Amino acid sequence: MNTSGFFVTGDPMIYGADVSIVLATVAIIASLTYLKKWGWLWKEWLTTVDHKKIGIMYLLSALLMLFRGGVDAILMRLQLAVPNNRFLASDHYNEIFTTHGTIMILFMAMPFMFALFNMVVPLQIGARDVAYPALNAISFWFFFIGAMLFNLSFVIGGSADSGWLAYPPLSEDQFSPGPGQNFWIWGIQISGIGSLATGINFIVTILKMRTPSMRLRDMPLFTWSVLSSSIAILGVFPILTVALIMLTIDRLFGGHFFTMDAGGNPMMWVNLIWMWGHPEVYIVVLPAFGVFSEVVATFSKKHIFGYASMVFSMIAIAVVSYYTWVHHFFTMGAGADVNIVFAICTMIIAIPTGVKVFNWLFTMYRGRIRLTQPMLWFCAFVPCFLVGGATGVMLAAAPADYQYHNSYFLIAHFHQVLIGGVVFGYLAGLYYWWPKLFGFKLNDRLGQWGFWLWQIGFYVCFMPQYALGFMGMTRRIYTYNQSAGWNMGWAPLNFISSVGAFIMGLGFIFQVWQILYSIKHGERDTTGDAWDGRTLEWSIPSPPPAYNFAVLPVVHGRDAWWHQKEEMRIEDYKPDPVKYEPIHMPKNTGIPFIMSCFFFVAGFGFTFEWYWMGIIGLIGVAITLFIRSFQYDTDFYIPVDEIERTEKDLRSHGSFHRTAT
Amino acid sequence: MNKWIQYSKYSFFSLLVAMLVTGCDRSKYIVLDPKGPVGQQELDLIIISVILCAIIIIPVTAIFVYILIRFRDKPGNNAPYQPEWQDSKVLEIVWWGIPVVIVAILGVYTAKTTINLTKPPVKDVKPVVVQVTSLDWKWLFTYPGQKVATVNYAVIPTGVPIQFVLTSDAPMNSFWVPQLGGQEYTMPGMSMGLWLQADKPGNYFGSGANFTGRGFAHMQFRVKAVSQADFNLWAAGLKKSSPALTKAGYGDLSKPGNVKELSFSSYPKNLYENIVNKNGGIYYHHMHNMGDSMEMQKTTMHKHNH
Repeated sequence: MNTSGFFVTGDPMIYGADVSIVLATVAIIASLTYLKKWGWLWKEWLTTVDHKKIGIMYLLSALLMLFRGGVDAILMRLQLAVPNNRFLASDHYNEIFTTHGTIMILFMAMPFMFALFNMVVPLQIGARDVAYPALNAISFWFFFIGAMLFNLSFVIGGSADSGWLAYPPLSEDQFSPGPGQNFWIWGIQISGIGSLATGINFIVTILKMRTPSMRLRDMPLFTWSVLSSSIAILGVFPILTVALIMLTIDRLFGGHFFTMDAGGNPMMWVNLIWMWGHPEVYIVVLPAFGVFSEVVATFSKKHIFGYASMVFSMIAIAVVSYYTWVHHFFTMGAGADVNIVFAICTMIIAIPTGVKVFNWLFTMYRGRIRLTQPMLWFCAFVPCFLVGGATGVMLAAAPADYQYHNSYFLIAHFHQVLIGGVVFGYLAGLYYWWPKLFGFKLNDRLGQWGFWLWQIGFYVCFMPQYALGFMGMTRRIYTYNQSAGWNMGWAPLNFISSVGAFIMGLGFIFQVWQILYSIKHGERDTTGDAWDGRTLEWSIPSPPPAYNFAVLPVVHGRDAWWHQKEEMRIEDYKPDPVKYEPIHMPKNTGIPFIMSCFFFVAGFGFTFEWYWMGIIGLIGVAITLFIRSFQYDTDFYIPVDEIERTEKDLRSHGSFHRTAT
Repeated sequence: MNKWIQYSKYSFFSLLVAMLVTGCDRSKYIVLDPKGPVGQQELDLIIISVILCAIIIIPVTAIFVYILIRFRDKPGNNAPYQPEWQDSKVLEIVWWGIPVVIVAILGVYTAKTTINLTKPPVKDVKPVVVQVTSLDWKWLFTYPGQKVATVNYAVIPTGVPIQFVLTSDAPMNSFWVPQLGGQEYTMPGMSMGLWLQADKPGNYFGSGANFTGRGFAHMQFRVKAVSQADFNLWAAGLKKSSPALTKAGYGDLSKPGNVKELSFSSYPKNLYENIVNKNGGIYYHHMHNMGDSMEMQKTTMHKHNH
């Protein structure tokens, strides 16, 4: 066992991180012990299979990772603010942009998306949980453990530094020896398995767990977006898994899949990683489209316009996204014919995306628009995504891409669609469903501050980057000299861009403040229907009871809750008498958490090429799986009197509109 | 609070305006200021794509702002309210149709330009071949016609199509001279082709565009375009006054590190071909080269039998 270089040394920032990690860990352990909360932590959270709690855990981790990725971004912008800056050394900068990209896509966007899946889908379709609750917990813990393993590289062993997509041969042993690249492989591999399982889980949940009266064509659009996104996950995450295994074989066992020397080919990696990587961006943006569809309809007090067209366009996006991956390497010498086909496929995907924007606009048309926080984020999304989409079409024109490729123009484009589309969308979703999950609204004033700082920061940060691309600045350079800075004009724009990054960071701080402030002072929601919503999740109390629906709702067509409310407004409305039946629920289980810990051990072992440790970890995973397969006592029934008690409690404290008789 | 929001809006717009004003010096936007036919064709395509995109963006943004103001949920707003209106076949056909037409137009231009760029920009002038090898972290240029070599700068004649053939003896990089035209990857074990041409003499900025590790940020080079006569003089001058690049010299050069501009009067025979083959060029016969009349590629292909 070689432990030299085990701890990262030599950088004061890293030592600072070491200290803060130790302090935070000690503080958490001490306060849990002092408050005697270990049992609570285990029973309520670590072993939970409740989709709502899993959603909340995803959400917390995503926000934490947004912070980490954001700090990375700000460090990079600091380094590039002036020419010849010596704030970060090349190697350190390279590690930071690699972790920034990896974290933002895989450990921020993905868990944020899964948070929304978990928090919303079962409630929207009138289900009591997802199809496979224990698998859902496994998915979460795999993601969490993978993310932690990846983050650990920061202080132990060193981070990967070959870019977030790790092109060989740079990512092979020859050019990237040491554990950094292995951390990247195993962090993504473990969490990627969890993502695949989530995709499967939600496909089955949506197809099989809907309340019996809900037809596919009655499903809310967010649920449709989750379905199309999950189908894309099912299609492409296995590619990622296999590619990572191949790279592992290259690095750990002397394979040559991705080196030319013994008959491999780095192009094979580039193809595989983008066959996953391109659909991946649609995987994360589709649910954001779903969020906007809900938000726009609710806050325009109108049915969504062109429902069928919306559903069709989402499915079309999910399918066409499989056929666009080559546009990430038009300049890799494919023939003209290949480039033309993929250029046109890439442009085609803009069509259904554009159609969605029209449909949202005409949902607002002849509606009554309330500019609430979720709606504000939608309004910010529209112009941002229009421009981002347009630059995407510009990039898709292959010969023009020969000029944009790997330049700051590209950086500006994908941040515009990923922040403007995905982050704005998820934040809209966060504000929209927050009262449902937590029972109170987030403070509006602080939210406005956060919103405007984000908007200003965004444009100040990324608009100059388009210009920098036209000035010939390429991505991933850690510094530029005086001549490029002043004669070529890079310095002023880089400085402005850095200012923008700080403004965005400030926006995020306001949002964190907003959440902390609102926990105490936020407007409590006693109705369960904080926004005058249209879909089923608003028909139950906030926060929902463990079983969600005391009785499975009966749905007649789309916007089920809206129609029910219309009925209730009729004067002689008499609710049907409610007859409760015992509810079948899954039992908590510690297996997912324990299994993930073993996976962590395995990942850590293989990262340092300590095979004994890796094998112990994998044996542990196998044993936990084995034990789980012999657990028969995995479910229970909530008795009727307990349901009655819970419902009475939940519905007595306010103006809740449905009373059981 | 509202005052502050107003204030931020104003400062935001004034910043945008400031950026546009400072950005008026067009010569700084080198991608938009091409000095040769390849860059010019790419710029034409860029302009076409911008116009086509603007046709969508501008009206849609206008409609969006109008709807947002007209249908706000304010007391006394007497705009029509139709909560049940949710379908219109005509409207849907219109907005599925418009983007289809735009994509079709852009697609045609894209296809045309893509095919054009695989051929030398002018047909009646004999092209010059420049071999490019990206190393950790520098650029080696070898001239099979002139038998000279340079590092981190290249000299080319104006008005002559240049067939750059590209490979790498290090992680893959990308060869980019924005004012002459778009880039192409350099990859170990593969030989790729890129047609560029300079119509005006001058020094053009070039850089590696694909990340290759620690010294990547310093992998910039200059392409100096001179008249054909000056080009000949330059090559002859190198022959007389510069040292030779030996095998050992190349060995040193290929070690990781950054260097300044260097010139060599000669280089080992078949250096470029050997670099490609050393890195596993068994796929050589599959290589797509944009210039299919280049001797160098054909001879190597036949000589190299696995």
